[in-house]
Amino acid sequence: FKERTYKFEPMVDQMEMHYQAEGYVLYRLSDEAKRQVELEKLEAEAQAEFERMLNPPKDADGKFIELPEGEAPDDSKALRNQFNYSERAAQTQNNPYRDRHTSTEPPPTAAFNAACTQWDIYDAYMEDQHRQHVQKEMQRAKGKPDKNKKDEVKEETRREGKEGVMHGPSMCKAVKVMERMVNQNSFSDIADDFKYWEDASDQFREGEGTLLPLWKFYNERAKRKHVTSICWNPEYYDLFAVGYGSFDFMKQSSGLICCYSLKNPSHPEYTFTTESGVMALDFHPQHSSLLAVGLYDGTVMVFDVRNKVNRPIFSSSVKTGKHTDPVWQVCWQLEEDVTKELNFFSVSSDGRVTLWNMSKSELTYQDVMQLKLVGNSKDAPDDDTTLGSLAGGCSFDFNKISDHLFVVGTEEGNIHKCSKAYNSQYLETYKGHHMSVYTVQWNYQHPKVFLSASADWTVKLWEHTNPKPVMSFDLNNAVGDVVWAPYSSTVFAAVTSDGKVHVFDLNENKHEPMCEQKIVKKAKLTKIAFNKRHPIILVGDDHGCITSLKLSPNLRKQAATTPEQEQEKLNKLMEVALKGEV
Amino acid sequence: MSDVEETMKRINSHKGVQGIIIVNNDGIPIRTTLDSAITVQYAALVTHMASKARSVVRTLDSQNDLHFLRIRSKKHEIMVAPDNDYVLIVVQNPSAT
Repeated sequence: FKERTYKFEPMVDQMEMHYQAEGYVLYRLSDEAKRQVELEKLEAEAQAEFERMLNPPKDADGKFIELPEGEAPDDSKALRNQFNYSERAAQTQNNPYRDRHTSTEPPPTAAFNAACTQWDIYDAYMEDQHRQHVQKEMQRAKGKPDKNKKDEVKEETRREGKEGVMHGPSMCKAVKVMERMVNQNSFSDIADDFKYWEDASDQFREGEGTLLPLWKFYNERAKRKHVTSICWNPEYYDLFAVGYGSFDFMKQSSGLICCYSLKNPSHPEYTFTTESGVMALDFHPQHSSLLAVGLYDGTVMVFDVRNKVNRPIFSSSVKTGKHTDPVWQVCWQLEEDVTKELNFFSVSSDGRVTLWNMSKSELTYQDVMQLKLVGNSKDAPDDDTTLGSLAGGCSFDFNKISDHLFVVGTEEGNIHKCSKAYNSQYLETYKGHHMSVYTVQWNYQHPKVFLSASADWTVKLWEHTNPKPVMSFDLNNAVGDVVWAPYSSTVFAAVTSDGKVHVFDLNENKHEPMCEQKIVKKAKLTKIAFNKRHPIILVGDDHGCITSLKLSPNLRKQAATTPEQEQEKLNKLMEVALKGEV
Repeated sequence: MSDVEETMKRINSHKGVQGIIIVNNDGIPIRTTLDSAITVQYAALVTHMASKARSVVRTLDSQNDLHFLRIRSKKHEIMVAPDNDYVLIVVQNPSAT
């Protein structure tokens, strides 16, 4: 209206007001109306006068001044009726109402449920802490921020890319434990026996005990091999290593080393193959992943069991002085050199006792002893009869207490006591066996006594100052191996070729075994080993099978508890035996 | 990482083992030796059970976490190894000859 143009109204209401002027409805006859009419008349008169005055001003200037005075009284007349009350009412037209609805599509919703537990909160806090920690480290390492970041990022992507969920390290562990659980289920009665079975009948049988067979460890690859050596791991009491090779001179094949755990009897934990049959094994007493191995072709090797690769970390060769004949036994040394290098001894049929030193890159050797032939007393004195040939060593053992003393058993049946300090002479020679001495072992508690087992079907007990055996046990069959029990000075066990295990306790019965039990049918038993912690023994046979047996309580008697008492026990026994013989 | 494969094969061929199932984060079985209907059932039910068991362990002590879960029933035993990325389930009948 005001702009005198057509205005575009964007939204048209039902009714559009084009001109709006407020008006009053006045009753014509009221005072107000009269006044208004008078006012209009006055205004009309004033207007007429004004117009008259406007026209003549062109005539004279003097008349201009009169004008304003004339108009003023007009105004004053308009202001009046302040005391008259008048009521005014106005009514506007109400627009009719109309309802209007719009509905919109609801935004897409998803129902969200979450339960917040205490550990969710804990997790969130831990994550936050971790993030803060990482940030701090990033700030601190401002010198090389790029390298770190790149490495981290690369590692993560690599891990995610290649392995995925299936083969991550946690999956490895989980699968391994799962396998053990499955095994435990299958062999659950054996596992229970292992832990809890105690042969109650032992209470009634004095002087007798039994061996309860537990798990059998068997590997397809070891089927036709003989078990040549068993060694328990000094750190993990359920882990043991088995060496497979062959005792037959004619049938020589490759060798195998398997490490089994009692927790998983169906599959070895670690396996290594060697070119020639394994004859001897020993775990290092402190670095329990190092395994020293002696082979049929005279090589010695050192394996690190943790390596997945099938190669030894050290190996001796012709150049580095390997033996020319089978290595029958290896033994780690506890004492550390000045240079902190680990070393071990080996004995072989070529008559040499050698000390091997593990330097950084290779094995270096040092002949400690050469086993000279000792003639019988009937022959002429030593100087004439030494023909320059050496006796073949079959086994040796270091004294537990005085480490420099060791005894060596030979193929001729003699046992020699030697010392690391003297290279040329034996300290003592013990003659008693007629055939090869397969095993010699010092007693764990008594530092002066040792046992020997020989192919002449006997086991003899010696005291190292006495050149004649103190006691002798005839086992009716070729003896493969004999071991002392680690918990008692008077208990030892022997295995024979007829598949029997004999356990002797000299405290109980000096002449007969406490237990004589046939373990395997149609197989010769070759090796035996006691476990230090559990009352278990392992027996290996020539079919490649290892059987574990639990000792019944009678066999485990440990009457004395201190080393001195143990020694006392044995001393008494020996005195009696000596008296008996004399 | 063929160690994992080998071990799984051995478990599968062990006496009494009926099957192995590996389920990922979202509850989808990614590897199984049983038929698919049973697998899907196992996956759903066992995952719930494992997370409930985990909740129990962690609510009692926030620093603890669930390692393994074994459910032994009349007919067989279900062994579960839960983890952040996956759940490994093995079903075995321990008294099978």
